[in-house]
Amino acid sequence: MDAFILSHVEQGVMTITLNRPERLNSFNDVMHQQLAECLKQAERDDTIRCLLITGAGRGFCAGQDLNDRNVDPNGPAPDLGMSVERFYNPLVRRLAKLPKPVIAAVNGVAAGAGATLALGCDMVIAARSANFVMAFSKLGLVPDCGGTWLLPRTAGRARAMGLALLGDKMSAEQAQQWGMIWQVVDDAELADTSLTLARHLATQPTYGLGLIKQALLASETQTLDQQLDMERDFQRMAGRSDDYREGVSAFLAKRPPQFSGK
Amino acid sequence: MSELIVARHERVLLLTLNRPQARNALNNALLEQIASELEKAARDTEISACVIFGNDRFFAAGADLNEMAANDMPATLNDIRPRLWARIDAFNKPLIAAVNGYALGAGYELVLLCDTVVAGDNARFGLPEITLGIMPGAGGTQRLIRSVGKALASRMVLTGEAIDVHQAQQAGLVSDVHPAGLTLEYALKLAKTIARHSPLALQAAKQALRQSQEVGLHAGLQQERQLFTLLSATEDRQEGINAFLQKRQPEFKGR
Repeated sequence: MDAFILSHVEQGVMTITLNRPERLNSFNDVMHQQLAECLKQAERDDTIRCLLITGAGRGFCAGQDLNDRNVDPNGPAPDLGMSVERFYNPLVRRLAKLPKPVIAAVNGVAAGAGATLALGCDMVIAARSANFVMAFSKLGLVPDCGGTWLLPRTAGRARAMGLALLGDKMSAEQAQQWGMIWQVVDDAELADTSLTLARHLATQPTYGLGLIKQALLASETQTLDQQLDMERDFQRMAGRSDDYREGVSAFLAKRPPQFSGK
Repeated sequence: MSELIVARHERVLLLTLNRPQARNALNNALLEQIASELEKAARDTEISACVIFGNDRFFAAGADLNEMAANDMPATLNDIRPRLWARIDAFNKPLIAAVNGYALGAGYELVLLCDTVVAGDNARFGLPEITLGIMPGAGGTQRLIRSVGKALASRMVLTGEAIDVHQAQQAGLVSDVHPAGLTLEYALKLAKTIARHSPLALQAAKQALRQSQEVGLHAGLQQERQLFTLLSATEDRQEGINAFLQKRQPEFKGR
């Protein structure tokens, strides 16, 4: 079977490479299934403490492969909700729930679901030549893969509306200026910079990082009161972790901490 | 290791379902043990409330299918199981379910039988019996519809699909939701809060709450008043009111 997803684990980092370069790494069903298998491994394996997602070739991901869809103008209307429900929604939910950092290294064009997938990762590093295209509106569709939730929260409502309604290309630098991504680096530095960040995160207190991630994501929908309760609960749990103990001991002994992720 | 771990936390009895290899499936032996422990606790004046917990992935994922499959019609007719459930239901002190993970089928019926439910954010509730060609047989159709109404109860019973903890809380099936890692701790805290109150008042209040399911409003109000009157003859009532007026902690004696 074709390996549309390449993955390997090294030094606590699982690197996932979307691998259909001739189709700009656009998704088809098999690719979704292979990605789901990798995520299952990332969820179960405690030695994986950070996830790094990137694309093979010149693109990051061009979203859904339209060749796979029923686009016969005379045929019956396709049920696009089906693939959203079966593939994209579970993918977004699993990445959000994963209690470890997820980094997107956006190496080239990220369009449609590819753009919303990338922007939805916990930290996004983009190559200077990369760009994001909310292509949905130009086909008469709606941003999916979390797009309509994500855009107003990262770009603000006015910019989100402009991006989604026009569907124009947005440069990596524009995305950074608007605060939608973490960092832009020269193309040649992308692989090194993103891997260094991922390896650093993989040595950090993963359990605590997972709680931080859950709390920040929850804050998008919760009230201050709910959030304060959540902080109390999460702090209670974090305070019992091995890594908190190690962090305090290392601080007192003035030595670098050795975090286990638990 | 026993399939039901019994522990005491001050005046709270903690029963932990411990059949992880069977996802805490409630076979007759386990139901029998729960019933016996609750009957002992009912007589024990040192116990004021009980918490039932599973583990972080399963509260209880149903009945024991092997046990059930072996029963034909006559055997089912004379099954001891309804009597086991009745013994559990007869427990006269506050009973709290602390649910992490799946509470399905009989597991969920046990949850529905409890007075209140504290759940982890990973809890899921469902009655999948219909998918096996059977139906809930221990209160699932009756207790569910009384707490959530016809539409959701029918949907759950007829589709067999589980709901998540937020739906369950919205529907009034769960009183509190906590991070799963803290569910048991918070359930015990709640039970301890309850257990600080007068044992007789707790029993009377539980009885009144239970009776509301059995009789009309008028009769319910009458029964409530009778129970209320009954408490006026207790020493603990005097102690409770005195302590409040004197701004101190009450010391209840259970009489």
